[in-house]
Amino acid sequence: MFLAAIDWGFIFDQTLTQAFGLNAAVYAIAAMGLNVHFGYAGLLNFGQVGFVAMGAYGMGLAVTLWDLHPLLAVLSGILFATIFALLLGVPTLRLRADYLAIVTIAAAEIVRLLARSTALRDVTRGAEGLNEFIGPFRDFNPFNPSFTYGIGAIDYRGAEFFAIVIGWGVALAFVLMIWTLMRSPWGRVVKAIREDEDAALALGKNAYWYKMQALILGGVIGGFAGMVDAVGKATVQPDFFVAPLTFFFWLVLILGGVGRVWSPIAGAVIYWGLITFVQNLGRQLVDEGIVPTSVMDPSQVDQIRFWIVGSALALLMVYRPQGIFGSKEEMALDAR
Amino acid sequence: MPDEGTIVVDATGLGAVAAEPGVSKPDPILVVENMRRAFGGIVAVDVDRLEIQRGIITGLIGPNGAGKTTFFNLLTGFDSPNTGHSVFNGKSIDGRSPHKLARQGMVRTFQLTKSLTRLSVIDNMKLGAQGQGGESFWRALIPPAWTGQDKTIERRADELLERFKLSHMREEYAGTLSGGQRKLLEMARALMSEPEIIMLDEPMAGVNPALTQDLLEHVKDLRDRGITVVFVEHDMDVVRDISDWVVVMAEGAIIAEGPHSSITANPHVIDAYLGSHHDAPIDFDEEAARIEEDEAIAAQEIAHEHEIVSEIEHHEDHDG
Repeated sequence: MFLAAIDWGFIFDQTLTQAFGLNAAVYAIAAMGLNVHFGYAGLLNFGQVGFVAMGAYGMGLAVTLWDLHPLLAVLSGILFATIFALLLGVPTLRLRADYLAIVTIAAAEIVRLLARSTALRDVTRGAEGLNEFIGPFRDFNPFNPSFTYGIGAIDYRGAEFFAIVIGWGVALAFVLMIWTLMRSPWGRVVKAIREDEDAALALGKNAYWYKMQALILGGVIGGFAGMVDAVGKATVQPDFFVAPLTFFFWLVLILGGVGRVWSPIAGAVIYWGLITFVQNLGRQLVDEGIVPTSVMDPSQVDQIRFWIVGSALALLMVYRPQGIFGSKEEMALDAR
Repeated sequence: MPDEGTIVVDATGLGAVAAEPGVSKPDPILVVENMRRAFGGIVAVDVDRLEIQRGIITGLIGPNGAGKTTFFNLLTGFDSPNTGHSVFNGKSIDGRSPHKLARQGMVRTFQLTKSLTRLSVIDNMKLGAQGQGGESFWRALIPPAWTGQDKTIERRADELLERFKLSHMREEYAGTLSGGQRKLLEMARALMSEPEIIMLDEPMAGVNPALTQDLLEHVKDLRDRGITVVFVEHDMDVVRDISDWVVVMAEGAIIAEGPHSSITANPHVIDAYLGSHHDAPIDFDEEAARIEEDEAIAAQEIAHEHEIVSEIEHHEDHDG
């Protein structure tokens, strides 16, 4: 059998390592923000990566420019994301839902282009990005950077493990927060606005203000994704925050199931597991000559994994449109 | 003795009020003056004066395109007039946003029912309650800060569900309710806000006849509990059954008001209502036939009306 030549153990190790790694945590947190926006409040945000960038730059600049304590730097990241939410929300939230979608996708690109512009080189260091902010954060790292940590085959180096622990910790904290909020009267109002804004208005709820609060909350959660990523990678690169990243967050959210508290985590774990599995399997298939290079050469594996994962997701949407954890019953009730 | 042109009406406090457009009433809860709303060159609403009497059921009727719903939207803050003033409970409410009006005690429903489909029936109900501490973001994060109030609200919601015969649907998504049940839910939900005045936009539209009677009873029950009711309707039968006072709109203006009997006899109303009753253009012969038909119906209604009025007067004589 051809497949005997494949090192399955290695593939599964890689898959699990990525499924619970830094990227998965960052994607999960960012998708949680989108879940607040779209899943609960019905806000169409196509620029979540802008909030992620604001969080990362807000935190990084607080250290590189103003030399602030790491905790204050995190506050600065929250503040940046909040200001971004206000900038987007004030002009658009009184209008129909589509306007927010248009504005967010453009605004996220503006953030990236501003951050890498030469005009702001003294502040954001242009395309090089921020690379000198990590020092104060490392002082908090209880793990030895030269050791590896993990359970069984899943292991990470100390510096990365610190960020991963923070990342999943933040993700769990937000799960708890969103779970609490969405069972509260506040969550009831937000969901009511998602269903029908006029009905909420007629019952004395200030729809505009609740939408603003939801936009800020989801945006700040997105900002935390940026901060976790920055701490994990010890750098803030403007070209990490490209528009397609937003759609990977959307993918994670839809894969898990919109409007469910745990679904962003499940979606992120499954997405990163799947993409890593397909990539490693593809590489070995090519390396072992099982798939001839006339069909696929090693450099094409990275592209083809997206084809395969994309097709799998398309099938999921056909046969399970509510996502893995979504409610079919809710899906069947047309909101409008 | 009442002057000529007035009709004695039972228990509305409007016995001495003349049946003419814009007339002053003894205890108005809502007063509208010079309200005008134009869309481009088309004047949709142009109301000189209207007073809504407290504690009764006022029906707002008129042919299609008369501006009833636009007027309703202006009254409830969902649209802003080009000019005009409105006073609610003695206070000006010009430019007041709809959610603030709702908090002041003016709540409305919609012609196309707005049940919040992916919320449970009980959540729909609880949403209607005002002054909920747990609706503030920070307090929502600390459940002990709001669970007590939430339980009280839930008890009140359950009582209302019982009254509206929706208890068995309590945990279902509102989207699974039938059209009539949605109307009931919307009315019950509006009551959760403990309104002083409830504005119903075509409450009977799209409801099956079996449920219509139920809904009518609920509307009368609201009045009996002291809530002022204003409703928009085009179905004359419904109007006759429940309204204490009828306001007729045509081409954006109020052309008549008064008790139902005075309305059906009013030639302006018959002109406006029956003349432009039909949406689709029709030819002359067909129109003549329909007018004849409609006039026959109107004549019947008027006859029926006289019966009711004489009945009421008869009762009054007994009571007095």
